[in-house]
Amino acid sequence: MKRRDFFKSAALAGLAAAFSPKAFGVTSTSKSLAVQSEPDMVAVMGGEPAAMLTRALKELGGIGHYVKKGNKVVIKPNIGWDRKPELAANTNPELIGTLVRLCKSAGASEVIVFDHTCHDWIKSYANSGIQAAVTAAGGKMVPGNDESYYREVDLPRGMNLKKAKIHQAILDCDVWFNVPVLKHHGGAKNSISMKNLMGIVWDRGVFHRNDLHQCIADTATYHKSPALNIVDAYRIMKSNGPQGKSESDVVMLKSLIISPDFVAADTASMKLFSQVQPTDISDVRHIALAEKLKVGTQNIEKLNVKRIKMN
Amino acid sequence: MKFLKNIRIVLSILFFLPILVFFLDFTGKLPLALHQFLKIQWIPALLSLNFVVIGILLILSILFGRIYCSVICPLGILQDIIEWKSKLFRKKKKKNRFQFSKPQNILRYSILGVTILLFVFGSSFLVILLDPYSTFGRIVSQLFRPLLIWANNGFAWGLNAVGNYSFYKVEQIAFIPIAFIIAIIFFFSVATLAVKNGRLYCNTICPVGTFLGLLSKISVFRIAFEESTCNRCGSCEKNCKSQCIDSDTMTVDDSRCVTCFNCLSACKRGGIKYDIRYKKHTANQNQAPVDNSRRTFLLASGAVVGSILMAKANNLNPKKDSILSRKPIMPPGAQNINHFNAHCTGCQLCVTKCPMQVLKPASLEYGISGITQPHLVFATHIFCTYDCNICSSVCPTGALQPIAMEQKKLTQIGVAKLRIDMCEVITHETDCGACSEHCPTQAVHMIPYKNGLTKPEVTEDLCIGCGGCESICPVRPYQAIYVEGSQTQAKAKKPEEAKKFDKVIDDFGF
Repeated sequence: MKRRDFFKSAALAGLAAAFSPKAFGVTSTSKSLAVQSEPDMVAVMGGEPAAMLTRALKELGGIGHYVKKGNKVVIKPNIGWDRKPELAANTNPELIGTLVRLCKSAGASEVIVFDHTCHDWIKSYANSGIQAAVTAAGGKMVPGNDESYYREVDLPRGMNLKKAKIHQAILDCDVWFNVPVLKHHGGAKNSISMKNLMGIVWDRGVFHRNDLHQCIADTATYHKSPALNIVDAYRIMKSNGPQGKSESDVVMLKSLIISPDFVAADTASMKLFSQVQPTDISDVRHIALAEKLKVGTQNIEKLNVKRIKMN
Repeated sequence: MKFLKNIRIVLSILFFLPILVFFLDFTGKLPLALHQFLKIQWIPALLSLNFVVIGILLILSILFGRIYCSVICPLGILQDIIEWKSKLFRKKKKKNRFQFSKPQNILRYSILGVTILLFVFGSSFLVILLDPYSTFGRIVSQLFRPLLIWANNGFAWGLNAVGNYSFYKVEQIAFIPIAFIIAIIFFFSVATLAVKNGRLYCNTICPVGTFLGLLSKISVFRIAFEESTCNRCGSCEKNCKSQCIDSDTMTVDDSRCVTCFNCLSACKRGGIKYDIRYKKHTANQNQAPVDNSRRTFLLASGAVVGSILMAKANNLNPKKDSILSRKPIMPPGAQNINHFNAHCTGCQLCVTKCPMQVLKPASLEYGISGITQPHLVFATHIFCTYDCNICSSVCPTGALQPIAMEQKKLTQIGVAKLRIDMCEVITHETDCGACSEHCPTQAVHMIPYKNGLTKPEVTEDLCIGCGGCESICPVRPYQAIYVEGSQTQAKAKKPEEAKKFDKVIDDFGF
């Protein structure tokens, strides 16, 4: 589905996207034309982060389906805050460590992990536990704290955001994974896979000045989309997001939702989240706005969703 | 006795290097315990009433003379290093180049007197400006450290370009003109005087040096001529960087001798020695002291009047937006403005140790006598980290009292002021919430507005003034939310925890 979606949206976006050499690069390296049998979304519940990830990827054809020998891989977790893993402000470190290890085992030449953090990046990388997990798994943490690491790209399909400065790691890699954590968010209502994209961008003040939700949706139109959105719902933050105040904001759901489709991943995540904290998905406006921009679909009933419950 | 000079050099390096490296370190990797080295400095010990250190320093000075100046004071050692290295640049590479000169008694006692008087009258202006340790701190943090960071960033740029991230770019400290100018003036005066006149700065300008000079006049050990062996060759005098040895009259001005022992090493015949003063009757060679009390008094009163006028000028600060005329925000642990202003010497240690670099030397925010004392300046992504109390734990003068982490999280250094009519949500009717997003206590939280939008609201009791909200507020030119500094750091209310969710979810919900 992902590739088909991509072709569809590329056609709709018109010549601009088609002429972009990078878009062409993605289509030419497409290795997933014969994968109809694989699900559009996998949801796992009831296991530890590593086990759930391995299991879900098996349903999707294994990590080798996305990472080829010699590939430069980027993983973009949420490491925005100087918070320990138990507070669920950042993506689960075990999940990230496992993904790094899987990418390496698939022959990735290097696995880079970064975020444009909100708190001091050195402390956030360290206290989130992600730096240790990544380094132990053979990956490389790269800073995102300086404008010089970012290059400007066009977003021809964007409404309010026509250009953005995106981290060079994303621009220069062969394949990347978007690995957000499912959280409540005071500003954007919820922070899931599309909100996580604000961490690949340099200037976020522009977002807040030009309709936050529209800008988030616009960023999701960037043609080099992640191979998968891996939504960490092992622990979720139900309130006081995105930083959280204490562990009372955290709920253990032991879940994982994976889809190449931003909108579908966020829609499913919102349904999971709403069981804990009832939230009107239309208040998380960027989800509907992204659908309008043909980024993906909210209609998950129509998708091939694989649901797995582990004990 | 030649070994004494070597001991002095080794000890001074042992004291100097940790201080220098601690000030230079921008990675935060050095142990914070190194700040203990700074507590043995005279002015910090006096201001924090550290009686143990004061006692030790007093005993050392009364026993051995101005050991502090030659071994402990980083500014003194910096001068020695400059003097030593200046050989490379001087035209005449003479080793023996000093000559006895008369003490600048009027000047040095006036400065000491005025500094003390001003402090007694409540202005730490001269203490801040002239404390040698703090001067050293300002020179390193304003001049040397930026150079090091530039070098690091250049290096990081090169390495990052080839995919090596073992070095990373560090944000350069904001340029504060007044702090920079003070640092550069002192650096060049100290350096020039060091090259030309050895320790003239320490013996004329430095109030600590002058004070210790009074003690070294009566110290148990002192440098003196050995009349039986001295042949008046003048080698000691030429090597005396304090210019306090007069080989013609065979006298040493103890008040200016910094016990560097260079003379002992220079003398080949043992004609000058470091010996006990009180073992026999010494000839009274003390010069008649110049009566300069009147001049000192006049100078001092002038300075006192001046400083009172300066203090008055603090309150005149008319500006437009209220964010521009806000009260300065003191670092956590400052307690109240009077305590802080009286005890902080502007050494910049907390500024260099602040991992967020939110601490900056003040220009005139605290008035003239508070120049270079630290205050918080917020900028995008630069605010006071919730889980951090480094500044309060390294302060050597006690201006910032150590506060435990839990206490820090409730210390109200300021209070957020929201101008809701300027808020993005109201003016553009879009979601934003960046302020609340960055609020660690949720003192700034979102409440329903209209059309599913939410707008911020501030509960002042909960606010600790960290500035997360102000740092990220997208409204320009002036933020819709800003922090007003607290003159007295009150205790904020502990934020209530959210209600725990204890039902079990075993369905995906889709």
